[in-house]
Amino acid sequence: MLRLTNIYKLFNPGSVDEKTALAGINLQLNPGDFVTVIGSNGAGKSTLMNVISGALQPDMGEVVIDGRDVTRMPEFRRSAFIGRVFQDPMAGTAPRMTIEENLAMAWKRGQPRGLKFGVTRRKREFFREQLARLGIGLENRLFAKVGLLSGGERQALSLLMATFTNPRILLLDEHTAALDPARADLITRLTETIVREQKLTTLMVTHNMEQAIRLGNRLIMMDKGRIILDIDSEKKKTLTVERLLGEFEQISGHKLTDDRIVLG
Amino acid sequence: MFGALWSSMPGAVELGLLYALMALGVYITFRILDFPDLTVDGSFTTGGAIAAVLITAGYHPWLATAAAFAGGLAAGALTGLLHAKGKINGLLSGILMMIALYSINLRILGRPNVSLLGMDTIFPRVGKDEKWLLLLVIAVVILIIKLLLDAFLKTDLGLALRATGDNAKMIASFGANTDTTKIIGVSLSNGLVALSGAFIAQQGGFADISMGIGMIVIGLASVIIGEAIFGAKTVFRATLAVVLGSIVYRIVVALALRVEWLESSDVKLITAIIVIIALVLPTASRAWSVRKTARKRSRELAGSEGR
Ligand SMILES: Nc1ncnc2c1ncn2[C@@H]1O[C@H](COP(=O)(O)OP(=O)(O)OP(=O)(O)O)[C@@H](O)[C@H]1O
Ligand SMILES: [Mg+2]
Repeated sequence: MLRLTNIYKLFNPGSVDEKTALAGINLQLNPGDFVTVIGSNGAGKSTLMNVISGALQPDMGEVVIDGRDVTRMPEFRRSAFIGRVFQDPMAGTAPRMTIEENLAMAWKRGQPRGLKFGVTRRKREFFREQLARLGIGLENRLFAKVGLLSGGERQALSLLMATFTNPRILLLDEHTAALDPARADLITRLTETIVREQKLTTLMVTHNMEQAIRLGNRLIMMDKGRIILDIDSEKKKTLTVERLLGEFEQISGHKLTDDRIVLG
Repeated sequence: MFGALWSSMPGAVELGLLYALMALGVYITFRILDFPDLTVDGSFTTGGAIAAVLITAGYHPWLATAAAFAGGLAAGALTGLLHAKGKINGLLSGILMMIALYSINLRILGRPNVSLLGMDTIFPRVGKDEKWLLLLVIAVVILIIKLLLDAFLKTDLGLALRATGDNAKMIASFGANTDTTKIIGVSLSNGLVALSGAFIAQQGGFADISMGIGMIVIGLASVIIGEAIFGAKTVFRATLAVVLGSIVYRIVVALALRVEWLESSDVKLITAIIVIIALVLPTASRAWSVRKTARKRSRELAGSEGR
């Protein structure tokens, strides 16, 4: 499904500010894998997401999706098979456009965009059904400008837009971190349902340890640009937050430092 | 005085309608793409020049007008390319194109001024009684173009174009090439501007190398006036507001020219002042209302602490 081989990514190479964000990442995702990713601030989690999505080009190594080398493919082309939800609820939607217009743009993911109307009556009905899945009443607000929605509502919409075309890979980068606990909880539950129902191959960065353990079938831990631990679903079932943090300290030699960390 | 004023109204409305296409072009770049494109001053003249030269060469006026539109599309596409592919700052891309177009326009015209006097244009020669009918026809034509633009902005491509100005990162993450949408948007914008130039040249009976000077500010004034008076809630409303804003602008200018001590050469100054006022007022009034609320809240807080 997704294979990363020996990925390196440096920022400001050759200067005093040189930073090795990714230092030899090897990762293989199988179809249907739901992998949670944890790690300290600056461990390279977001950089990893950006290298997969094509927002950043690795300095070395290759990215293969479905057996196809996409390392040099620009982001807008790669997005045909990658759905993304960002941390910032503002990032995933166009605020001055309506809910249905946003959905119409998302529906065209990776397809050529021509001179057919973006919203037709049939599509509108379909959008309504899809919005109803979120269970927060957005199906009655198709014509509302997205800028008027709350952060949680926008993030729920972003999640739907990223997933309802069944992308080959779903990337979630702390997509609940900017929300208050109740809304974060809502988005987490929606994520769980959508990923399960559609069997999406997912990579989810989270700072919530309990969540990282409970969700998905695999957990990877990053530190200083490396994957230092890869826990499969069997071992994950018996894992606790304490054991996880202990394991991190043992391997990395320092405490897990994350300014947004939530233990459970 | 009022009689003279009234009689100048149809002329003002007619000009407002013809310039409305230029204002719609400015609306596409400034408001939809969030790209301050200054090509306009050049491409307006390009439109007028192409139309005038082709008509004097004996081509059909509508063919000449279509060619003017195409010329504007090409000029805009070049500005878009400079910005999107050449990575030149947006303002500078437009200025570069505007300067380049000055020379190109002179080449097209062959001399600073080409007259269309006595030639057939798309505007039929009408008597006094038919003037209103002509005005009506112009209004219908402009509205049709407006509606076509509205429809385009609701297509998949149009949605991507609007999203490019609204949240470029988002639409890129859904697979649209934002370089392409920018180029298409700036191109379409200047196509409309050149079309407006072609109409104005035929309506006025000449094309002149300096006919485009200050167009960008006039376009902005129309957009801002329209939005302020008529609102911009939906695409349909926003483009209608631009057309009406263009008409209001022409009426304001017609009124200003009636003032004894103003010269017709003062129009550009008046335009700049209108735009400045329209830009400053909303920010100033917002700051003022925030200060007012803050004072009120502070007093309330001080009062409750005193107790
Ligand atoms: N655009 C950039 N320019 C320079 N350095 C960068 C850039 N982006 C990231 N870095 C650096 O690369 C390293 C990895 O950053 P990254 O954002 O991937 O970390 P992260 O694991 O997502 O951290 P966080 O938990 O804070 O989100 C950090 O040291 C960061 O400072
Ligand atoms: Mg991050």
